[in-house]
Amino acid sequence: MASQTLQSVPGEPTAAQHELSLEELARREADGQAYFDKVMADDSRIEPRDWMPPAYRKTLLRQISQHAHSEIIGMQPEANWISRAPSLKRKAILMAKVQDEAGHGLYLYSAAETLGQPRDAMMQDLMDGKAKYSSIFNYPARTWADMGAIGWMVDGAAIANQVPLCRASFGPYGRAMVRVCKEESFHQRQGFEILLELSHGTPEQKQMAQEAVNRWYAPALMMFGPPDDDSPNSKQSMAWNIKRFSNDELRNRFVGMMMEQVRVLELTLPDKDIRFNEETKKWEHGPLDWAEFHEVLAGRGPCNAQRLERRREAHDDGTWVREAAAQYAAKQAKKQAEKEVAA
Amino acid sequence: MSTSPETAVPAEETAGHGDISVGVKGSANSGEATASATRITPGNALRPEDIALAVSRGTAKPGEDVAEFALRLGDDALVLAQRLGHWISRAPELEEDIALGNIALDQLGHARSFLSYAGGFDGRSEDDLAYFRREPEFRSVEIFELPNGDFAVTIARQFVVSYYQFELYRRLAQSTDATLAGIAAKAVKEVDYHRDHSAQWVLRLAQGTDESREKMIHGFKVIWPYVDELFRDDELTGRLSGSGAAVEPSSLRADFDRLTGEVLAEAELEVPRVQPAPGGGRKGLHSEHLGYLLAEMQVLAREYPGASW
Repeated sequence: MASQTLQSVPGEPTAAQHELSLEELARREADGQAYFDKVMADDSRIEPRDWMPPAYRKTLLRQISQHAHSEIIGMQPEANWISRAPSLKRKAILMAKVQDEAGHGLYLYSAAETLGQPRDAMMQDLMDGKAKYSSIFNYPARTWADMGAIGWMVDGAAIANQVPLCRASFGPYGRAMVRVCKEESFHQRQGFEILLELSHGTPEQKQMAQEAVNRWYAPALMMFGPPDDDSPNSKQSMAWNIKRFSNDELRNRFVGMMMEQVRVLELTLPDKDIRFNEETKKWEHGPLDWAEFHEVLAGRGPCNAQRLERRREAHDDGTWVREAAAQYAAKQAKKQAEKEVAA
Repeated sequence: MSTSPETAVPAEETAGHGDISVGVKGSANSGEATASATRITPGNALRPEDIALAVSRGTAKPGEDVAEFALRLGDDALVLAQRLGHWISRAPELEEDIALGNIALDQLGHARSFLSYAGGFDGRSEDDLAYFRREPEFRSVEIFELPNGDFAVTIARQFVVSYYQFELYRRLAQSTDATLAGIAAKAVKEVDYHRDHSAQWVLRLAQGTDESREKMIHGFKVIWPYVDELFRDDELTGRLSGSGAAVEPSSLRADFDRLTGEVLAEAELEVPRVQPAPGGGRKGLHSEHLGYLLAEMQVLAREYPGASW
């Protein structure tokens, strides 16, 4: 625990806050900063009511809401195959998986809300194109094998990224990640299993699997973000104990993991330059097309327009339902209050 | 709960489905090794795979009538799961993506169980039945086949079918056919939640805004012509109710009317005055909607006949 002189909640925010003297405000801010610095030094956790630097709050809000948006938009390419899943068991698994993703979105929006922004506002930013989400979901899921490749590679990359986030310095984010990672790990195994079944199936099925792996390989590697020398925010995030490993470190680790597993699948990765560097003891991969990454990020990917339109459509179609629920809740609350007055 | 999973099961809950060889009765005899956190009661533990296994081992085998009956219930649930699955990623709220997804998943589970059992009659798997039958071979009734419409239409259908399924499964849990009883005992618990979900939304929509009330009234108008078909008896249900394997659908009607009536009264809604549609799905005479649903559901499996997934 922090020493007694350090306060985690430097004064309750009150209506009278603006009446505090400048000296008092400065003192509270200094106390808060001292506590925050100590938490960082101890590698401990900041909770929502603790003081935090505005930039820390902003960074987390951006990262967690982007993460939530990715879960929500990420439902679409897989939901696209629920109706056509080739067996009832696969249909059930896929449905459960997409449902999990909605659940991840919910935890993450809730975690982000503790930083002071309501879910509606975050959703609105997404629909207005102001907020980003993982670019990978702007690629189309063309065949059933994509359900395998997305589970194995995309969820696999997500896990590699997210396991260290379980130790993120912001409490609600770290705790949400623990649960998310457990489910993601299950998702990855189901993706692997789909590919395994396909690669041991008919020649056409095996080809379908290989083509999906080929298509998702580079986008999955790019999920870790730009190379370290081109990742301006990484350094600060690492100083704040949000990020624990650099983009390239995580990416290389992921390549090594895939190299082992792809052999079991009896498939190949579409990259002839993958090798284990004996000197650095690290995996290396071939060059990635970062120009394409930036194109998709800028909104010029195959499905950017489609994904956002689908989200807007669902949101707009549901407006009257949300209004009805809010209205009903208000009426019920009023009735309850009247009952209590009468009693 | 402080008791162990086995001792916590009331006797009547285990009585119905002792023949299924995996995860049911017997688990107390076969030792604690088979008990796990996910196997709280035998009813909960009954998975489609367990039924397929029992069928393949010959410990559960339906007669022709029971197989036809299981096919009816399986097709109803499968078609509904297919319809509800469409809402995932399109619902009015994230919470509803999850809720409707959950209900779809439950229905799909029931479908898989009923179809696995039905297929035991002539050696067909759940997937043979789902993916390789033609439209006239399906036995679903029309209310399940109707397009989703807007959220109010979907809720109106959910309200009707969950109250119907609850009454049906509640009784089937006492079936003389152990497997039907086992499937129903598990399903009725899940369908109870579906009732709660739909009833809450009927109240919210009917008493929310003017617009939502209008849409809820419209939703019931769209759905209600297909309610009667659910409660129609025929020769098969006559024979099965005679043997105690099933009940006459008409015998569910009074409870259905009473319980749905209570919710409708609270919502200040009336049962729509509409003419009933003749239906015909139990004989393979389907609505115009089913063909499209099957085309989409079956396309990939049929592109690669014989492949395993």
